[in-house]
Amino acid sequence: MSAVDELFSRLKGEGRKALMPFVVAGDPDLDFTARLIASLSGLGCHLCEVGIPYSDPIADGPVIQAAYSRALDKHVTLAAILDMLRGTAAEVSAPLVTMVSYAIVYRHGLEAYVADAKAAGAAGLIVPDLPVEESGRLAKICAAEDLSLIQLVTPTTSPERTKQIVETSTGFLYYVSVVGITGERNELPPELVENVGRLREQTELPICIGFGISTPEHVRLLAPVADGLIVGSAIVRQIAECESRSADEVQQQVEAYVAELLAALG
Amino acid sequence: MSLDTSATSQVPNEAGRFGDFGGRYVPETLTAALDQLAREYEAAQADESFQAQLDDLWRNYVGRPSPLYFADRLTQQCGGARIYLKREDTNHTGAHKINNTLGQALLTMRMGKQRVIAETGAGQHGVATATACARFGLPCVVYMGEEDIRRQAPNVFSMKLLGAEVRPVTSGSRTLRDAINEAMRDWMSSVETTHYIIGSVVGPHPFPMIVRDYQSVIGRETKQQCFDQIGRLPDAVVACVGGGSNAAGMFYPFVDHGDVELIGVEAGGLGSQIGQHASPLSYGQPGVLHGSFSYVMQDEDGQTSDVHSVSAGLDYPGVGPEHSYWKATGRVKYSACDDETALAAFDTLARTEGILPALETSHAVAKAMELAATRSADEVIVICLSGRGDKDAAEVARLRGV
Repeated sequence: MSAVDELFSRLKGEGRKALMPFVVAGDPDLDFTARLIASLSGLGCHLCEVGIPYSDPIADGPVIQAAYSRALDKHVTLAAILDMLRGTAAEVSAPLVTMVSYAIVYRHGLEAYVADAKAAGAAGLIVPDLPVEESGRLAKICAAEDLSLIQLVTPTTSPERTKQIVETSTGFLYYVSVVGITGERNELPPELVENVGRLREQTELPICIGFGISTPEHVRLLAPVADGLIVGSAIVRQIAECESRSADEVQQQVEAYVAELLAALG
Repeated sequence: MSLDTSATSQVPNEAGRFGDFGGRYVPETLTAALDQLAREYEAAQADESFQAQLDDLWRNYVGRPSPLYFADRLTQQCGGARIYLKREDTNHTGAHKINNTLGQALLTMRMGKQRVIAETGAGQHGVATATACARFGLPCVVYMGEEDIRRQAPNVFSMKLLGAEVRPVTSGSRTLRDAINEAMRDWMSSVETTHYIIGSVVGPHPFPMIVRDYQSVIGRETKQQCFDQIGRLPDAVVACVGGGSNAAGMFYPFVDHGDVELIGVEAGGLGSQIGQHASPLSYGQPGVLHGSFSYVMQDEDGQTSDVHSVSAGLDYPGVGPEHSYWKATGRVKYSACDDETALAAFDTLARTEGILPALETSHAVAKAMELAATRSADEVIVICLSGRGDKDAAEVARLRGV
């Protein structure tokens, strides 16, 4: 059982839902990322997704792309990110999951990436550009190391593919709310709640919803149908303000924002 | 005949693999559209009326077959093998790109999709896509890096005249790689109603196969024209390689003829240091970029490196997966030609034959001239003259301070 499995099994027993912030490692620097992860975990966030900056992220909207570019402009490396995680994971209660492009995993070596992420204290990984038919080898390595390999289901995924994905995903299922890239949205698709309900009939895995979630209203609407909610761009956009304001002020602002979402989660 | 047994034309497999290379590394959102595209493409290949429609467009709209021309004065100047030019520059819109865009435009309509997006580097694929879309009344958006918009201005204006919207891309290096990223992001949101007409043999399966097949008309015609004009196959065939579509289309019909040398020429830029060139097959290693496993220029963390070429169409850090397969099997020999040598070949072809080649194509011309000088007059070398150089005249003038 990975730490992700333990988390959701505990939450299920308590009848509670997870709030899962996404932050970009190294934006504006790794010390800030470490402090923020610790403070968000302390506030009560249940799991933290750590984005590994990538030069060509095709699933990401302008906010996360820009954060990746800022971090890469400062030459943040995978080794430095894993060092930061090693120091952080031991001190926080929230499991940490890396969101990482397959380009990076492949270059590092599949076995080496899984081993190094595990040694750094990560509980799982999400590889957004690795569809299920290409994921067999990595899934095997993750299973052997007891790391969750979280796979994505989207509104364009056929019922047959969904079946294949739920059979191989571990930890939870990441349900992408929209047909599109990451980014805040005022309106979520009207059929979202129904789509998640249909997915629920096909799997025992926890279902977490991401893409577009940014307001307490979104949280109140979706918490009843999901096991967890992922908030990325809305946080990353605020962190971008570190360019013109003090990092402490920005951190406080993010904390206040996340506290509001946690309150809406109930 | 010394048939090369290590490389075969029977690729890719169902998973889009050319040997180890290729595959499909894309967000889940796009997989349904890629499956649909693979299905419709297969059906279209078996549909005689679809093929007849495409053949008619190639013949009467593009002007195919393009000539195979004996370059007499270029041959004399090199003093060796006889050089022939496969004149893709004579196609409508001035390059090989139109062969593919017409096929994919027909596929777009077959799939019932109402909008087209594309990326472009040199602007040739952008113009060819805008042209096919104008021909069929499809709305068209072309993503183009800001740096390429500057250096390929005539093509930008043409695309707009043809009714396409050109969206400048300001992220990253502001060249072809970033244009592909932006087109992919558009497609992530629009995939249910939009087809992405990729311009090269790159990207996730089935794109490398589809683009290769549509461009293979180049190699098929070349074989026939060689039989007609010299009574046999050529000794060597030379083509430039960025993403690699003209080379793939020229080489593919020759792959099973192991006695025909196939030579791909990458952009050597300013030198062999990382960042100075765009030659992943010469200097890179296998990795993942834009949905495919192939040779790529990356740093040790897997971040894509910046690349350089004087020609916008070759200024790309990746290459089509079938080229990686041909490199791995040794079927095609790849080398790099630097900016300066390509520019000299641009001049030579203009002055000996009255043909202005594209800067991309000039890399292949340079390599073929070098090769011809070392071979006997009995031998025949065919250059894929992939595009015309009018689009480059202003940039060449700027480089020379004219």
